[in-house]
Amino acid sequence: MKKFLAVLLAALMTLSLVACGKSDNGLIKVGIINNDPNESGYRTANDRDLQAMFCEANGYEASFAYSLKNDEQIAAAQKFIQDGVDYLLLSAADTSGWDSVLQDAKKNGVEVILFDRTIDADPSLYAASIVSDMDKEGATAVEWLKGQGLAEYNIVHLQGVMGSAAQKGRSGALDAQVAADGAWNIVNQQTAEWSAEKAQEIVQSVIDSGAAFNVIYAENDDMAKGAVAALDKANIAHGVGKDVIVMGFDCNKWALEELLAQNWNYDGQCNPFQASYIDDVIKTIESGKAPAQKTIIMDEKGFDASTITADDVNNYGI
Amino acid sequence: MKAKAIFSKIIKNQIMIPLVALLILALFNLIVDPSFFKISMGLNSLGNPVLSGYLITILDCGSELAILAIGMTLVTAASGGQDISVGASIAIAGSVMLRMLCGRNGSRELLVPIFVAFIVALIVAMAFGAFNGVLVASFKIQPMIATLILFTAGRSIAAWINNNELPIVYDESYAVFGGFIPGIPIPTPAFIAVICFIITALVLKFTSLGLFVQSVGINEKSARVNGLNPEAIKILTFVILGACVAVCALIKTSRLMTINYSVIAKDIEMDAILAVALGGNALSGGKFNITASILGAYVIQALTTTLYKFQVPSAALSAYKAIVVILLVVFSSDTVRGWISKNLKFGAKKEVKNV
Repeated sequence: MKKFLAVLLAALMTLSLVACGKSDNGLIKVGIINNDPNESGYRTANDRDLQAMFCEANGYEASFAYSLKNDEQIAAAQKFIQDGVDYLLLSAADTSGWDSVLQDAKKNGVEVILFDRTIDADPSLYAASIVSDMDKEGATAVEWLKGQGLAEYNIVHLQGVMGSAAQKGRSGALDAQVAADGAWNIVNQQTAEWSAEKAQEIVQSVIDSGAAFNVIYAENDDMAKGAVAALDKANIAHGVGKDVIVMGFDCNKWALEELLAQNWNYDGQCNPFQASYIDDVIKTIESGKAPAQKTIIMDEKGFDASTITADDVNNYGI
Repeated sequence: MKAKAIFSKIIKNQIMIPLVALLILALFNLIVDPSFFKISMGLNSLGNPVLSGYLITILDCGSELAILAIGMTLVTAASGGQDISVGASIAIAGSVMLRMLCGRNGSRELLVPIFVAFIVALIVAMAFGAFNGVLVASFKIQPMIATLILFTAGRSIAAWINNNELPIVYDESYAVFGGFIPGIPIPTPAFIAVICFIITALVLKFTSLGLFVQSVGINEKSARVNGLNPEAIKILTFVILGACVAVCALIKTSRLMTINYSVIAKDIEMDAILAVALGGNALSGGKFNITASILGAYVIQALTTTLYKFQVPSAALSAYKAIVVILLVVFSSDTVRGWISKNLKFGAKKEVKNV
């Protein structure tokens, strides 16, 4: 029995030695702090993308921590710094409260890279910040709509939760265009709080009122889906070449399929695939240079139903 | 004298509160814009005749809340507390239903008959109801605290059931429950709600459930002394609420042919509790009137639809709703109603003197 135990212990020790040796074997240690992947389809896609990039095959040894709460995230960051990670990747739940922990990171030589969300901290505390530009997303969508060349734009505008970054950016561009151009009218502007049910109810009420409209500008795919359910109920034709233009955001796979089927007209991307950008930044730093820009804004596409392909659906659908 | 007695009885009747509120809303709409009452007939995209108009929308969209109000009234009456997990439970029941229908890989054909999927979701929802009920009845945890557990965990459970995916039902026959039965112009949810009302009415008429619930709610000890089992009755009310939750989940998932576990039926528990309160039911339990709660639910829907109709700005929507709710609740409070009936009596006395 004693012999068996001794062998077992010896085996365990060798194993742990091997494990220790590995992190010195050229793997880059990263600690990734993200929001809970259950939060939304966006976050699920984001997490999947990070998991796929930061694996041993790509030369990384990654640890993940998930929380929607700032204090838990800060605790996780402290733990990662103590563990001696080389890089700390952070999508902060809240914009404030990060100063002291980031200073700790700096002292310990840990490079910090922000993704998806910015924080209120001195830029010297992080190496790079990779974000979406919601204003640009809105502007791209409005630009596309302008290109449709309608004589009159009568728009039902379904907003997200008021005050959120996505809502502000996506509403801002449309509001500016409506204020600037007399041919653009808002028939109804209401928050459906990202919810399909509420969107359906609001559009139902617009239809009940008998007001004429020819554009649905929904700030996410769910709300566009709710709006379309109401249109279907009232037999209002929508999609490419039909009476009502349907626009959504986020590029869920099912939404892009609706585009492919010509039931919707436009879907704006909110890019969750930051991993390759982060990888680039890390490679740059490893080669001894500093990243060219501190704030990196990701490429975000807008898909048009008349040009979208099945490959787009597979590549960009989340 | 007789007329006065009847009048005073009417004033004191619980059902007056939601009824008056509904009348005020109707009157407001009639004065400001009578087109509120317009109902028109058209064809939907499947070529079926359908009625449309604000009144139909209220009838349609208010169904889920009205069904929930039934269960919530019973829970409130028996346990003297409220279940705040109904929204999360709807997410669970809906996820179970779509998991059964679409399977793990998102099949385009229905994998099981809708009936079977609904029964499974019904059993799951009732089991979660029983879980809440046991916490409240056997472990004597306050209902709001006990149901806080599911309130917090429910949507994560729902996410887990479908592996974080948002399943979509492609089979058009599933759209019937939230849409229209071909050939019948009235929305199906209204029929489902009416069926639920009838079942409830029959159960209350032909069983002693109502009496038992009421006596447990008024005084648990004396109910026990009189041979009732308060624990079993409390659990039963939570299980009934679970059944209501499953029906709501069926309607809600059918409306959109999909489920988004993170936002489906968000905050519906607050509206359901408000419906019970608007129905004049004491939130501390005891006597109850389900008809009044159901009317309360339609009052809330009528209010929402009215606010949408008048295009109240997004940012101000909840503020308007809050103002109306405060007014409704204050005017339905015992203090104000007592004051009204006292003053009316005073007026009647004067008349007698003059004669």
